[in-house]
Amino acid sequence: MSASVKVRLLDVAHARSGDKGDTANVGIIALESRWYEFLARHVTRDAVAAHFRGVITGDVVRFELPNLTALNFLLHGALGGGGTLSLKTDAQGKVYSTALLRMVVDVPADEAARLGLPTWTG
Amino acid sequence: MTSPNTNDRVVRVASGQGFWGDSLDAPRQQVEGGQVDYLMLDYLAEVTMSILQKQKERDPAMGYARDFLGAIESVLPAITDRGVRVIANAGGVNPQACARAVLDVAAKKGAAGKVKVGVVTGDDLLPRIDELLDGGHELRNMDTGEPLSVIRDRVLSANAYIGSTPIVEALARGANVVVTGRSTDTALTMAPLRHEFGWGAEDWDRLAAGIIAGHILECGAQCSGGNCLHDWRSIPDLANVGYPIAEARADGTFVITKHDNTGGRVSFHSVAEQLVYEMGDPNAYITPDVVADFTSIRLEEVGANRVRVHGITGKPATDKLKVSIAYRFGWKAVGTLVYSWPEAMDKAQVADRVLRERCDRLGLRFDEFLTEFVGVNSTHGPLAGAPSGDIPEVQLRVGVRGTDRASVERFTREIAPLVLNGPPSVTGFAGGRPKVEEIVAYWPALVDKTVVHTQVEVLS
Repeated sequence: MSASVKVRLLDVAHARSGDKGDTANVGIIALESRWYEFLARHVTRDAVAAHFRGVITGDVVRFELPNLTALNFLLHGALGGGGTLSLKTDAQGKVYSTALLRMVVDVPADEAARLGLPTWTG
Repeated sequence: MTSPNTNDRVVRVASGQGFWGDSLDAPRQQVEGGQVDYLMLDYLAEVTMSILQKQKERDPAMGYARDFLGAIESVLPAITDRGVRVIANAGGVNPQACARAVLDVAAKKGAAGKVKVGVVTGDDLLPRIDELLDGGHELRNMDTGEPLSVIRDRVLSANAYIGSTPIVEALARGANVVVTGRSTDTALTMAPLRHEFGWGAEDWDRLAAGIIAGHILECGAQCSGGNCLHDWRSIPDLANVGYPIAEARADGTFVITKHDNTGGRVSFHSVAEQLVYEMGDPNAYITPDVVADFTSIRLEEVGANRVRVHGITGKPATDKLKVSIAYRFGWKAVGTLVYSWPEAMDKAQVADRVLRERCDRLGLRFDEFLTEFVGVNSTHGPLAGAPSGDIPEVQLRVGVRGTDRASVERFTREIAPLVLNGPPSVTGFAGGRPKVEEIVAYWPALVDKTVVHTQVEVLS
């Protein structure tokens, strides 16, 4: 058993987000194509739901796009009612992208080494 | 046009507007910066139709995107002398008035007779709502499931998202400017490709390719370096950012590029960011024309600022159209004040508590009261963590929403007094009292395709 290291999504992916009603979508794309394997394995629906707990009111849905080395997340109840109802500065979910990239995940050290993942020390 | 469907022939569709309010210069730069065949201009967002409907109620000659007339004037020589054709959903809720205004611009510029405007109508369902409801079409809210009857008396506009077919017809009838109402953004790019390459209405893979070209182009420079997080510091010359161009071929493959001597960047990463923008289920991107599969897309960098897109597959279209309905929902207002060091955050928090207590004592009624501290938590909320140290300044931003207009109105008068009767070191109130805004909300619904009848006219 190898020890684990921490990897911050900002260091391995880029992202864009947008809105549809009260749902924000966040697409994250691997900075290097070999890192998609890491995203697919570790950036799970449950991990993203835990990351946004207390920030969104609804469910999280996850889709895989291996062809773009990307994942797409739908964050329901993310926009304070959405569209014109929302009082939020980010009523259209434009910066949920970088909010997801704050996420830090634990990765087995040997996997991180094999994929050349940059580790995060806080 | 010898051999129109050999795969050597390239049709260039340029994007010159990603939303109403985008760059005024982009349309002209797209037709003057190099060879293009079509110019696509997207003006409509979800809430735009209701704004235009209000304008039309005040003046029956209005109700379309007026910026489009300036765009047409700026590209008129390209239309009349070089055969560039323009496709835009600028018609809003009054495509006919928009088309006549385009002809007036042409006449004023001495180009009368050289401009034929195709007008696509039939998307406007507002005059037909009662007929549809009586006919058993409930127009249920796609998010909540409620039938439209619940808010029938508050509806301001209702438009079906229509696909590429009527635009293709207008092009076939010789229009060199096509004006639509609520057509899908993607149809504006796909229609000229169908017209040029003769793709059939059930050629699902190629139609899907046209839709995906449209999705990449529909937000203007957002696929060519604008708002691009990937390596953003190294993206050159955003002041002169090049808007995107799709160089399409009959087989449904295309290259995304931009004119030489422009800024920005077209790369795997810039295009991939745009592809995931406003995406739902990537396996089924539903449009009136086809259901496109975003997991089939292959991107390949084939040169500087050139990304080849291929491999795209599609599935048969559904028997429904999405309907965008806007209705009166209530009122809102947002006010701001800025607090400075020292203890800026504490002062702003106290001001927020004072404001809330005064609103309570006045018995004001709101459905929502939201406080944000800009500079601390307005973008990432609690994920941003607590501010570190005694921050230099913070903006207190407070918003309310409700159905009682008087409460919202009174709220707007409770902000400014805080400058003199609240916590100290406060500034940033020069904009005056916040504005009370009417909330026009969005009601997405589905309707059977068979009840929406589009019409095409060509005016000259």
